[in-house]
Amino acid sequence: MTALRKTLAIESSPHLASGASVDIIMRNVVYALLPVCAFAVYVFGLAALLCLLVALCACVLTEHGLCRVTGRPSTVGDWSVVITGLLYGLTLPPGLPLWMVACGGAIGVALAKFLFGGLGYNAFNPALVGRAFLQAAFPGAMTTWHPALAPDRFATLPSSTLTFPFARPEYDGLTAATPLAQMKFDQVATPVPDLLLGFTGGSLGETGAVLILLGGAWLVARRMMNWRIPAAIFATVALFSTACHWLDPGRYPGAVFMLLSGGLMLGAVFMATDMVASPITHAGAVIYGVLIGVLVMVIRLWGGMPEGMMYAILLANAVSPHIDQLLRPRVFGSRRRGGTA
Amino acid sequence: MARFATFAHGIHPPQYKADTCGLPIRQFPFAPVLAVPLLQHTGKPALPVVREGQEVVRGQCIARPDGNMSVAMHAPASGVVERIALVPGIAGRMVPGVYLRPHPGSTQETATGTPCDLVTASSADIIAAIQQAGIVGLGGAAFPTHVKLQVPADKRVDTLVLNGVECEPWLTTDHRMMLEQPADIITGIRYLLKACGAERAMPVSVGVMQVKYPQGAEKMLVKALLGREIPSGGLPLAVGVVVINVATAAEIGRLLPHGQGIQERVITITGPAIEKKGNYRIPIGTPLRFALETVGVTPDVGQVFLGGPMMGQSLPSLDIPITKGTSGFVAYRGEELTGGRREYPCIHCGYCVDACPLFLNPSKLGLLALNGDIDTMAQDYHLRDCFECGACSYVCPAHIPLVQRFRAAKVQLRKRKSSP
Repeated sequence: MTALRKTLAIESSPHLASGASVDIIMRNVVYALLPVCAFAVYVFGLAALLCLLVALCACVLTEHGLCRVTGRPSTVGDWSVVITGLLYGLTLPPGLPLWMVACGGAIGVALAKFLFGGLGYNAFNPALVGRAFLQAAFPGAMTTWHPALAPDRFATLPSSTLTFPFARPEYDGLTAATPLAQMKFDQVATPVPDLLLGFTGGSLGETGAVLILLGGAWLVARRMMNWRIPAAIFATVALFSTACHWLDPGRYPGAVFMLLSGGLMLGAVFMATDMVASPITHAGAVIYGVLIGVLVMVIRLWGGMPEGMMYAILLANAVSPHIDQLLRPRVFGSRRRGGTA
Repeated sequence: MARFATFAHGIHPPQYKADTCGLPIRQFPFAPVLAVPLLQHTGKPALPVVREGQEVVRGQCIARPDGNMSVAMHAPASGVVERIALVPGIAGRMVPGVYLRPHPGSTQETATGTPCDLVTASSADIIAAIQQAGIVGLGGAAFPTHVKLQVPADKRVDTLVLNGVECEPWLTTDHRMMLEQPADIITGIRYLLKACGAERAMPVSVGVMQVKYPQGAEKMLVKALLGREIPSGGLPLAVGVVVINVATAAEIGRLLPHGQGIQERVITITGPAIEKKGNYRIPIGTPLRFALETVGVTPDVGQVFLGGPMMGQSLPSLDIPITKGTSGFVAYRGEELTGGRREYPCIHCGYCVDACPLFLNPSKLGLLALNGDIDTMAQDYHLRDCFECGACSYVCPAHIPLVQRFRAAKVQLRKRKSSP
């Protein structure tokens, strides 16, 4: 019997595995984002396509380059940086000068992801850190919006897109306000069907709530997204805004408008759910979602800016490890929650 | 659809039981030489009562228990004691044992001893008979059964639970025992109830549970059936329960009326690399190499596990003998191994937290283990509660060997405790 003279492999139990893999999860998130990206290109045309491509390339090349420089194997193959690139691109206004797009992406990946130790160790969502940097560095360019469904969007680029680095971007006058800004500064409400379908001004991914929700539902069905986080955010925002609207309907918009405008959908479904920067327990996820909901409402209603999703998520990211620390579930057979038995 | 009892969390690995669950138990042939370890259980080795060159009859007692944490051993075949020497153990260590050469021409009739009469025997008589019959937990742990039945004066047992869950994939021994030996199991239950004083628990009822892993773990089983939570670090006795594997009960019911001892057991030999899969009644001490050669192994065999694939151990050598705690062997082909997969950093997906039946946080424990922070693991994150079911490693998409890290950390904890 020759077979039994073979060398046998030894490994620690368990010897079976479910087949789940980090790169498969990440790739599925990318698939879920693709329809959102395609819709952004449909609504904003060439400018959106270039913005997404540059954002993606900047993020992927930054991670690959940093791995090379520091002599580690490249981690681009785990696909997480592709999500970062696409999400980051979706948070930007369509006519943003491309050199700014590249800068923000590189800084987001380098500062928020690589410096912290790469995938699994980033305390903050890298895409949002990149956007936060741009918001601080170029507030003007980051709040100049182009109208949706412009007739010549597939033929021409906005004059600002190809601005030379460090030159002042020029706008050709054809700019638009976002629904949130219109509401905040002019008390003009955008019709709900336009909000739902995404035919409004705004960042690339602020439009198309339906596609974002479909992508999220697909990930939830595949157990690749914690539905409790977006559910808690939606519930909090809905309750909060309904209460405010009831107190002063002239000043505060209703729940439907609040849920569908700005970056709330994209942020709640795809960014707040970043596994690395959100709590690991179910109860923690709900608290984290409620926190984001409250923060975004406070910033939107009483802050100086019309939109607050980015800061709400970044602040909640910072609190996330502490939520996990405080909310340890009761271990089977022990009396107290967390701590020693 | 009826909602069956279960516990919170857990996983659903593929069952792979269809290959053998329909195959009746068959007698396995005798190997040319049987190596009977005298330590097949948790506790102290048995003391041999035979000498080299002595003729023994199948079923004859060849070693007596050394103290309470020890059980007797019986000759698995009629033959001659060739040597009393060290035999290879499962953990890679040598243990004292008896080499026995069966007589080729013998009829291999099993010797009988003094019967333990169910009606007249007292609780202490039955417990002594169980120890003398060499009975240990046949589910895999091989804990001496009589020790479980010695209920301290300040404790009361109101329920006896027979564990027939067999939640490991591939294995079908308990399943076949329940189908083929129901009368033995009932007799076993009678002895056990009398021994532990849980007679109030009659009549016997069968609880059906959802298919989920690790339902067969004592803590999960008692929780699902009775809603009682065995305290951290405690035994089922703490909640008035004694849990006995169903095959153990069947052996008690089969052996005690005839005063016999365990000299063979039922195992499942299965897996993709096995040619004649099946459930076999196999003599204790049969070398694994002989067993595998008899059932046939494909040439590309790459890994053999003792027990099931979730908690079973990879075998370093094929020269180890089958013991009382062996519930089966699973042989895999080379390409089916989980090893060699790329390990990613933990991404906090929470799959392990949702899988852990004890509500531990394997993700956090894994990170702490990576940093060598064993004290925090033990004090704040309940490392000692982990019974290494492997659910966390099974679901981990980052392919982190969590159970391996926890096991290593526990070894260090024990070392630290033993050194002053």
